[in-house]
Amino acid sequence: MISLSEYLLLGGGLFAIAVAGIFLNRKNVIVLLMCIELMLLAVNTNFIAFSHFLRDTTGQVFVFFILTVAAAEAAIGLAILVVLFRNRGTINVEDLDTLKG
Amino acid sequence: MGFEQFLFYLFSAVTLVSAAMVVTRRNPVHAVLYLVLTFVTTAVLWMLLEAEFLAIALVLVYVGAVMVLFLFVVMMLDVDLAAMRAQYIRYLPLGLVIALIMAVEIFLVVGPAHFGLAEFPRPDPAAAGFSNIEALGMVLYTVYVYPFEIAAVILLVAIVAAIRLTLRRRPETKYQKPELQVRVKKGPDRVRVVNMPSEARVGATTEVKPE
Repeated sequence: MISLSEYLLLGGGLFAIAVAGIFLNRKNVIVLLMCIELMLLAVNTNFIAFSHFLRDTTGQVFVFFILTVAAAEAAIGLAILVVLFRNRGTINVEDLDTLKG
Repeated sequence: MGFEQFLFYLFSAVTLVSAAMVVTRRNPVHAVLYLVLTFVTTAVLWMLLEAEFLAIALVLVYVGAVMVLFLFVVMMLDVDLAAMRAQYIRYLPLGLVIALIMAVEIFLVVGPAHFGLAEFPRPDPAAAGFSNIEALGMVLYTVYVYPFEIAAVILLVAIVAAIRLTLRRRPETKYQKPELQVRVKKGPDRVRVVNMPSEARVGATTEVKPE
């Protein structure tokens, strides 16, 4: 039988891989966005696992909202990326220093 | 080992391997395709957890729309891959160490000692006539109807923001101006009839008169 901890460990592993990905690909904005999607996927897996094992539909409702917000975030993030590339000709994080941060 | 357990281990292994591929591939197109694989296998895992609606929504909405959007943008932008590769190795040990620490911490918290089958026994499978969509809808449209409408507004804001951000007026393109079109008046704005005498054809020297 599959226990709850196995699903939670799967979510934790996914999240850890995504965090490592943010460190590895810290110059490429597109891969950073993809790592954020992976993190949200790990969190959603945890929500659904708890929803199943506790027999409570609320967890699935939360996943629904997270999916909505993640879709909006991806759309706006990619739009910003396209505008950035149009104006600067690059999406390298190191070149985006107009704000002198 | 039951068939369900076999499916779980198979698909979680595919999920983890493809997630690792997402973060290590140099080519962003390959990374997006591996991300699609991760989402599809995760949808199967959600199906094992009896979350059928969300599994299908993940495949349709996420793989079908959001990932295709990613793919469009990745292919549209001319990314300089050589510049992206620099300093890749430099941060590899740091990233691995942090990911490892995080995984160990998560294992200590949610490992089998605290969330095993003894603490959380497997619930009885749902009845044959049970509808996951119906159960979800009953909660979503009653208890969570206000957050649901807020989610709709968030999507609307995302649409408006994405369109406004990427909208570009090209000076050489001719546009219609609807505000001027609807305000046009019958008199001088429309066709003007000019009364003027007819002129002779240019270059015609002699006129042929009928006898």
